[in-house]
Amino acid sequence: MIKVIDLHKKFKNLHVLKGINLNISKGEVVVIIGPSGSGKSTVLRCLNKLEEADSGEIFFKGIPIAQCKDDINKIRQNMGMVFQNFNLFPHMTVLENITFAPTKLNKINKNEAKDMGLSLLERVGLKDKASSFPNQLSGGQKQRVAIARALAMSPDLMLFDEPTSALDPEMVGEVLEVMKQLAKEGMTMIIVTHEMNFAKEVADRIIFIDGGIILEEGNPEEIFTNPKNQRTQDFLKRVVS
Amino acid sequence: MNFSFLKDYHTFFLEGTKITIVLSIITIIFGVIFGIIFALMRISHNPILKSIAAAYIEFIRGTPVMVQLFIVYYGLSEIGIEFPDIYVLGSNFPDLMAGAIALSINSSAYVAEIIRAGIQAVDKGQMEAARSLGLSYSISMKNIILPQAIKNILPALGNEFIAIIKESSIVSIIGIHELMYNTDTVRGNTFIPFEPLLITAAIYFIITFTLSTIVRAFERRLKTSD
Repeated sequence: MIKVIDLHKKFKNLHVLKGINLNISKGEVVVIIGPSGSGKSTVLRCLNKLEEADSGEIFFKGIPIAQCKDDINKIRQNMGMVFQNFNLFPHMTVLENITFAPTKLNKINKNEAKDMGLSLLERVGLKDKASSFPNQLSGGQKQRVAIARALAMSPDLMLFDEPTSALDPEMVGEVLEVMKQLAKEGMTMIIVTHEMNFAKEVADRIIFIDGGIILEEGNPEEIFTNPKNQRTQDFLKRVVS
Repeated sequence: MNFSFLKDYHTFFLEGTKITIVLSIITIIFGVIFGIIFALMRISHNPILKSIAAAYIEFIRGTPVMVQLFIVYYGLSEIGIEFPDIYVLGSNFPDLMAGAIALSINSSAYVAEIIRAGIQAVDKGQMEAARSLGLSYSISMKNIILPQAIKNILPALGNEFIAIIKESSIVSIIGIHELMYNTDTVRGNTFIPFEPLLITAAIYFIITFTLSTIVRAFERRLKTSD
């Protein structure tokens, strides 16, 4: 599904990514963990080109996208992204948030969009909020709408950038529940998160990033019970307590 | 107080007000159109467009409007632009155009800065979210960013419109028969130097107060959708 070769990214003098290699197949759920500032989010943001990579190549469904300039909008339509801060459009209702992009891009007509929007809202358990505005929702509800919005483009890949980090603790569960459901349905997902129990439960593969490189990867069992790298061990000791 | 001049001269005030309003409306329209263009250039990622806009805005904001007015007034024919020598609303058309162009140029720089600030005050995540859905930059700007930026822009823009109305009085120095010019005519003709100014001040205030009331009503309507 997506293949990353030797990805480098610099912000001014800060070398954030120092050669990331990734190969993620269809249906796989990959969770990226690592300390803050390790470059986890930057990896995600490079994948859909919210950040330009300085060098390296990214293949999405076989198409090289790192250097392509023209068709990035087409690529992004197949790559949903969920942000830490939800980024719902505050001037649109919940339903409009979901249906705006697919109707604007002529993927479906208004009526179909409405039906699809409502069924997506049903999936995330928020059908009754269709005509609410984002500021009338709780954080957990906002994030569920954001997931529905990303799904409305029927993407092949979903990127989650710390989707529960801005939530009150009691709302984390409802968002993770939606993501678990999505994983079960076979969605290809790349998730940056600090929720280790969730990672353990849903991930097919855990990737540990520190200092801009992948230090260790493997299935949750290996990583959590028997990490090989010293820095992985230290990190896990700190977060899993 | 002697307001006896009103009986003979009230048409001077009315005609002047008409030109002041027409001039202000033209300035507001073109100021906003070019303001939007320069603001979008200023925030674009194209270094050439960006520096052109930045230089324009800095230059216009850094020079007196009176100087700009004279530069346009004498410069238009200098670069070969001639307007038909006719009379519109009791004023010489080429003069009126020079005034309108100079005021529009001047206000476009201020409007551009207001709009740029309003756009940049919208959370960066909004553009990212829109782009991440595969929407183009222009669709995202038009449908996601600008509708939110309007709320930041409108109050400052209202102030700018009021400033435009007041500053339009400067074109009296190139002989456009707007409110200020006609006031001076009345003062000169009647040898009453003081009272006509009170009438004029009142007229300017009525226009600007009406405008600010309208802008406030708009702001309230936008707020309800929050």
